[in-house]
Amino acid sequence: MKQRLIEFWNSPVIDALLPVLATLAALLVGALMLLALGANPLVAYGALLDGAFGSLNSIADTLVRATPLLFVGVGICIAFRGGVTNIGGEGQLVVGALCATMVGLTFPDGPALVVVPLALLAGFLGGAVWGGIPGLLKAHFNVNEILSTVMMNQIAVQGMNFLLIGPLIDPVQLERASRIPQTARISAAFDLPRLAPTRLHLGTFLAIVMAVLVYILLWRTTLGYRIRAVGLNREAARYAGINVPRHIALSLALSGAMAGLAGAVQIFGVNFRMFTDGSATGFTGSAGFHGIVAALFGQLHPLGTIPASFFFGGLLVGANRLQRAVQVPAALIVTLNGLVVVFVVGTELWRQQRARRRVVERPSEHDEPSLTAIPPTAASLEGKA
Amino acid sequence: MNDQPKPILEMLGITKRFPGVLANDHVDLELYPGEVLALLGENGAGKSTLMNILVGLYRPDEGEIRMRGQRVEIHSPRDAAALGIGMVHQNFMLVKTMTVAENIILGLSDLPFVPDLREVSRRIRELSQRYRLQVDPDAYIWQLSVGEQQRVEILKLVYRGAEVLILDEPTAVLTPQEAQELQGVLRIMTAEGKSAIFITHKMEEVMTFSDWVRVLQQGRLTAVRKTGETSPQELARLMVGREVLFRLDRKDCVLGEKVLELHSVSALDDRGLPALREVAFDIHGGEILGIAGVAGNGQSQLAEVVTGLRRTAQGRILIRGKDLTHASPLELIRAGVSHIPADRIGMGAVGNMAVADNLAMKGYRGSPLSERGVLRPRNILEFAKRMIEAFRISTPTPNTRIKFLSGGNIQKAILAREIDACDGLMVAVYPARGLDVGATEAVRKMLLSQREQGLAVLLISEDLEELLTIADRITVLFAGQIMGIVPSAETTVEMLGLMMAGVPLADLPALGTHDPTPGSSPA
Ligand SMILES: Nc1ncnc2c1ncn2[C@@H]1O[C@H](COP(=O)(O)OP(=O)(O)OP(=O)(O)O)[C@@H](O)[C@H]1O
Ligand SMILES: [Mg+2]
Repeated sequence: MKQRLIEFWNSPVIDALLPVLATLAALLVGALMLLALGANPLVAYGALLDGAFGSLNSIADTLVRATPLLFVGVGICIAFRGGVTNIGGEGQLVVGALCATMVGLTFPDGPALVVVPLALLAGFLGGAVWGGIPGLLKAHFNVNEILSTVMMNQIAVQGMNFLLIGPLIDPVQLERASRIPQTARISAAFDLPRLAPTRLHLGTFLAIVMAVLVYILLWRTTLGYRIRAVGLNREAARYAGINVPRHIALSLALSGAMAGLAGAVQIFGVNFRMFTDGSATGFTGSAGFHGIVAALFGQLHPLGTIPASFFFGGLLVGANRLQRAVQVPAALIVTLNGLVVVFVVGTELWRQQRARRRVVERPSEHDEPSLTAIPPTAASLEGKA
Repeated sequence: MNDQPKPILEMLGITKRFPGVLANDHVDLELYPGEVLALLGENGAGKSTLMNILVGLYRPDEGEIRMRGQRVEIHSPRDAAALGIGMVHQNFMLVKTMTVAENIILGLSDLPFVPDLREVSRRIRELSQRYRLQVDPDAYIWQLSVGEQQRVEILKLVYRGAEVLILDEPTAVLTPQEAQELQGVLRIMTAEGKSAIFITHKMEEVMTFSDWVRVLQQGRLTAVRKTGETSPQELARLMVGREVLFRLDRKDCVLGEKVLELHSVSALDDRGLPALREVAFDIHGGEILGIAGVAGNGQSQLAEVVTGLRRTAQGRILIRGKDLTHASPLELIRAGVSHIPADRIGMGAVGNMAVADNLAMKGYRGSPLSERGVLRPRNILEFAKRMIEAFRISTPTPNTRIKFLSGGNIQKAILAREIDACDGLMVAVYPARGLDVGATEAVRKMLLSQREQGLAVLLISEDLEELLTIADRITVLFAGQIMGIVPSAETTVEMLGLMMAGVPLADLPALGTHDPTPGSSPA
């Protein structure tokens, strides 16, 4: 009996459940905080559940909220499989949104069937460029992509602020001299179709399709095979005739393209114009970061990222309801999200360790690329210390 | 009172199952102080698994381990180290960017926060003198040869006070000279009462290194012999279960067109120092050209230059008359060049991909494994099954990740893929390294059959007997230069030995006038 239990505890089933358990643990810690603030955790979490999944409308809101997470998360999967880490989802999302907006504003009278796909394509390409630049730097000069993607976020935000205050600002804002940094609304003819009366739009469907396509790309095409080979063992990939730098750059570019698509879909499905509060979060709602968590949730598999994004989207939507229901400071909601992130990322490390222990690694082998692998430079610095 | 020595280590009824394989089936093992035990067995017989259990990397499903008569539980390499058991793995586990001293103390549990590296270095020097393991404690690992790295691994163990040393195929990566030295090191250690378990596929080593031999076959212990009371033939038979012929049938071949030509090729090594100097030779179809030489004299760079993995600094490389000097690896693959690399796990295979995916690594680009960029999983599986059968690769399923195969079976998978893809030139670097006697025989036969099919083979090997039996001509590399090219029928181990020590063919007594046809003479 005891043996059975141990076996079950060590089985991959538990691995798949770990992110859920981590979330529950985070909510437990959150409950303590709620208690400390004098709120009833049961009421609070009831509101959270209700807000996320309680009605058709709330489910639709959850799906809408999950959509950019899914796009970004799928992109994260591509990067991870190619052996690189993309922390630049925020910037790529912003650039994608800007590009798509510009297409929408440039052809206000064009046919929607042409302009919308064109705008989505522009978002895709904008994100691809924003991810591809760190990719090329990594591929050819071995510039650490974690640093460069984060820096590209800054550049994107500053570029967005500049454009929205100046060249792209809504002419109405200029007339009124109120100068709110936002563009004009794109033509209503371009709005993505919705499932009335909810806010659910076609973009969600598109995101699911992309997740499936990316799965096919990675596991059913020669290109995906090459990307995975490069991600698992660069030396062996090079030996097998694969152009390693090209595929490193490509996986970051594709990863960025997914985030760019997220931005474009936000414009055409949710916001209908680009705006800024000076930071990236104002527009993205941190989808560029939450998408990473969703991907981790989904065990870095595009198909696993689908339910994971919905789960996390629900958490974000429900948290708003929670706040209103028990009147806690907004900071608590941020803390709660943060807790979930910390717990999920933490258990992800644990999961990798478990997986290693289960297969009992052969010494000194190239394991799955790990999010936590210490880059050689860090190891060498330690050596000098 | 008791003149019967007590074993320092016992393993009793050890059983270990992996999905689809019984890797160890009630295996017993005894080790006495001051003795060397050789562990023999075919590829995949379960030798590494048994030793990994001993150092706590795997947990046995059944059985017990006793150290000095006491039952012990070993959960991790750290537990093993505390008991005085240490292992040198075939793939070294050193941090390349750290120094020898730093590597040796890395992972020590009772290390002060700021270790006194000077004291550490002093102790390392002392130990390396005592055991004749020469290394500079302040050198960086990446600066060391494979043999030196192995010395660091052994030093690491003795620094931690290991009493039982486990060496998993230690000589596979060593030159014959270095293997001799290792034998000396073991002598000193056993004289001090330490003991060792030694895995190898080389019969001569079993006969000279060990006191006892244990033979594993498909996970079961099938024989225990005192080394003095057995013979290589008997051991080979015990391992394989049939008589092994140490003889090969080499047919005469008609030379075909020139397949590979090197015109005074020079190249640099990773540190930017000259590794090849004006190397020139050619190989015809239906011919095996052997490259002999002490490891580190430019052999690996030669293989890399020919396969496009290393830049040619000077000179020209032609394949079937076409200039492919600065071609990419892919262009060379397309030109029909196959490559069995020296580093099979680092370069030859993607450990975390399935056996089938690894077998498809060369063929995936076109039909039938893929169609217009879309993989054909069913055809890939079909192909993999064919290869697994033809090359007797022992794997639970084609979808098992290749890193779970035994060392020899990984090598067989690489061989299968490369031989299947070869269409012109085969560059084989230490192809029989880590293979058991039966598989070694099979590989040599395969290389000979490649030659009979009119392909050109560039065979880099440390095994002079191997070169003399299967190569048509032999070239010796010394310090990146060709010392001479001789038909293997007209050469001897002594001649090759002199050239390997840096004496050019032209200076060899009495033989200096020989014209090395049909290759072009070294420039
Ligand atoms: N972690 C693992 N997971 C699954 N199977 C494994 C694992 N490790 C070893 N095996 C299997 O156990 C068997 C014994 O492997 P082992 O590595 O012990 O062989 P070996 O005797 O060392 O062979 P070689 O001479 O080729 O190194 C093989 O069939 C191998 O595929
Ligand atoms: Mg082994």
